[in-house]
Amino acid sequence: MTFPHRHLLGIEALRQEEITTLLDLADRYAALNRQPDKHADALAGLTQINMFFENSTRTQASFEIAGKRLGADVMNMAMQASSVKKGETLIDTALTLNAMHPDLLVVRHPHSGAVDLLAQKVNCAVLNAGDGRHEHPTQALLDALTIRRAKGRLHRLSIAICGDIAHSRVARSNIMLLGKMENRLRLIGPPTLMPSGISEFGVEVFSDMAEGLRDVDVVMMLRLQKERMDGGFIPSEREYYHRFGLDAEKLSHAKPDAIVMHPGPMNRGVEIDGTLADDINRSVIQDQVEMGVAVRMAAMDLLAQNLVLTRAETA
Amino acid sequence: MTKLTFLNARLVDPEKDEIVIGGLVVEDGRITRHLPKDAPRLTSGRVIDCDLKYLAPGIVDLGVKVCEPGDRHKESYRSAGLAAAAGGVTTMITRPDTDPAIDSPETLEFVTRRANEASPVNVLPMAALTKGRAGREMTEIGFLMDAGAVAFTDCDRVVTDTKVFSRALTYASGLGALVVAHPQDPGLSNGAAATSGKFASLRGLPAVSPMAERMGLDRDIALIEMTGARYHADQITCARALPALERAKANGLDITAGTSIHHLTLNALDVADYRTFFKLKPPLRDEQDRLAVAEAVKSGLIDVISSMHTPQDEESKRLPFEEAASGAVALETLLPAAMRLYHAGLIDLPTLWRAMSLNPAKRLGLDSGRLAIGAPADLVLFDPNTPFLMDRATLRSKSRNTPFDGARMQGKVLSTYVAGTCVYERT
Repeated sequence: MTFPHRHLLGIEALRQEEITTLLDLADRYAALNRQPDKHADALAGLTQINMFFENSTRTQASFEIAGKRLGADVMNMAMQASSVKKGETLIDTALTLNAMHPDLLVVRHPHSGAVDLLAQKVNCAVLNAGDGRHEHPTQALLDALTIRRAKGRLHRLSIAICGDIAHSRVARSNIMLLGKMENRLRLIGPPTLMPSGISEFGVEVFSDMAEGLRDVDVVMMLRLQKERMDGGFIPSEREYYHRFGLDAEKLSHAKPDAIVMHPGPMNRGVEIDGTLADDINRSVIQDQVEMGVAVRMAAMDLLAQNLVLTRAETA
Repeated sequence: MTKLTFLNARLVDPEKDEIVIGGLVVEDGRITRHLPKDAPRLTSGRVIDCDLKYLAPGIVDLGVKVCEPGDRHKESYRSAGLAAAAGGVTTMITRPDTDPAIDSPETLEFVTRRANEASPVNVLPMAALTKGRAGREMTEIGFLMDAGAVAFTDCDRVVTDTKVFSRALTYASGLGALVVAHPQDPGLSNGAAATSGKFASLRGLPAVSPMAERMGLDRDIALIEMTGARYHADQITCARALPALERAKANGLDITAGTSIHHLTLNALDVADYRTFFKLKPPLRDEQDRLAVAEAVKSGLIDVISSMHTPQDEESKRLPFEEAASGAVALETLLPAAMRLYHAGLIDLPTLWRAMSLNPAKRLGLDSGRLAIGAPADLVLFDPNTPFLMDRATLRSKSRNTPFDGARMQGKVLSTYVAGTCVYERT
């Protein structure tokens, strides 16, 4: 088994060669996705349920398209409007769904660790689509695939992650994945948005964009959540944009061929200049969205293979 | 006149700071004689040959939560009392953070009546310092003392209004009442589920710096200096709070401090993959803090080790970590967990018993916690070496939220006596 995992809960549990396996498969799905006929049958006959306890449009759509292209029966559940409101606990919800025999469960939850908890209670494959500030593994994988395709490699690159590191699950998963693939990581942001214990992460920390971006190959911007903007963590939106918003001037400190990434949705004029985000020579933001579908197809394909194998063994 | 004789025991005496082989004679619930090694077997009364096992004063556990009134399904005086007896705890000093809070003489009387009819071990209640533990008006401290309250505390809620707190401290000091507080800066620790650091960041948990504890302690020390109150900090759990405590003691303030057995034997990494049975208040600290606190217990800077027994039902723990309730049960695991400190060579047995028995008794004005002649025969006979695999299904508490489930432990209670009466015997 080249990808010996029952669930995809985080990057933390993955090994370097497993990440490569997944990305190689995703490359093939990226090619398929550009064909007129985009259908494959890796998930034929299987049921995929998307449970989103937190709002999401793009991630949910991406998982839905990925599942449908692989032939799964896909169902979306908007958990905010459902029995959770009636006081049902997460575990009861999980057990209820489990009784319907799903094969793949895609879960997003506002609390760190909630997806791990749920995975302990069901007997299907669980994919973490983001849990609190903990992990968002498919985002890190799609970022990795985007970098690998743009730069031709995924090692020995100098990569800057900028913005709200403290509250970002995207940052955590990326720090882990890019670290495992042996890249040099730089984190840039105001100290109020840096997580505690950051000095033990094996990364360089900067609170100045010009300094932090010097000679990097990749610039990853993070979304600044609206509720953090006013007074709590930073004094104001405009001061943040002035000091940490990515524009052409700040980007000029990076390598001339450095690429710009953003997990979306973007706040134009807050963390990134609108023109720069649309610059097809620098920005790979649209590629990230495209690779998202491919990576999710690959992840679900690998987990489904394991699921089928395990079931055959137990039968 | 009932008579009970213990022979051939290793007597753990925290007062004399020694372990000697010998025996005790108990008459009418009190220790009346010490017997030398190889004393001849006496004929009258019951004689127990301790077979060189350890006989120590029963544990005086400062800060036990029994969930009456309000949540009897989590823990009753009966179940807590049985758990205490099995854990070698002969006196439970109970907390008032019930629903409703124990903040009036009437509720206190109810609790005392329930305790007396249901618990096999001594129960001495603490009462709330402010009404409803809301931090606005002080309770009837005088009446509550008359009704038997041994100390006053709002438990894990900090009285944030310093004017309210200083008045309550002043009023309490006029009556000689002991105030037990939770040193913590409530603003800084708001919403935290873990101690800040690499681990909390990797797990994506909202976290608080241990500095919040020191800030809370600093504030309280200033108020004690101002009011002259008798003060006990319920849990000191980090290295950074220790110098302030040391200075306050050196300055002659009437201050003592406790810590919990969990903070002495576990650290933040034990949370691992969001194990909610390890969610405590304050949250578990890093290893350096744990060792510094153990050292402070050894030196006597921290006076008291308690279980901070906090029952929670399965529903309140089977939740995502941030949403899960805090606290762990520990009446039955306090002694075996303390044996970890002994076996690791961190703290010896007389010192452990000074912290678990003698000091809390002294602080509350009790004459227990000793092996001296005239002391109540509240005793625990134990073997520090018996190994066992902790299985939470065996716990007598109604709630079984112990972080030691499945853990290898060493040290078992063989029998427990309250006023010379056997309340627990291992079968």
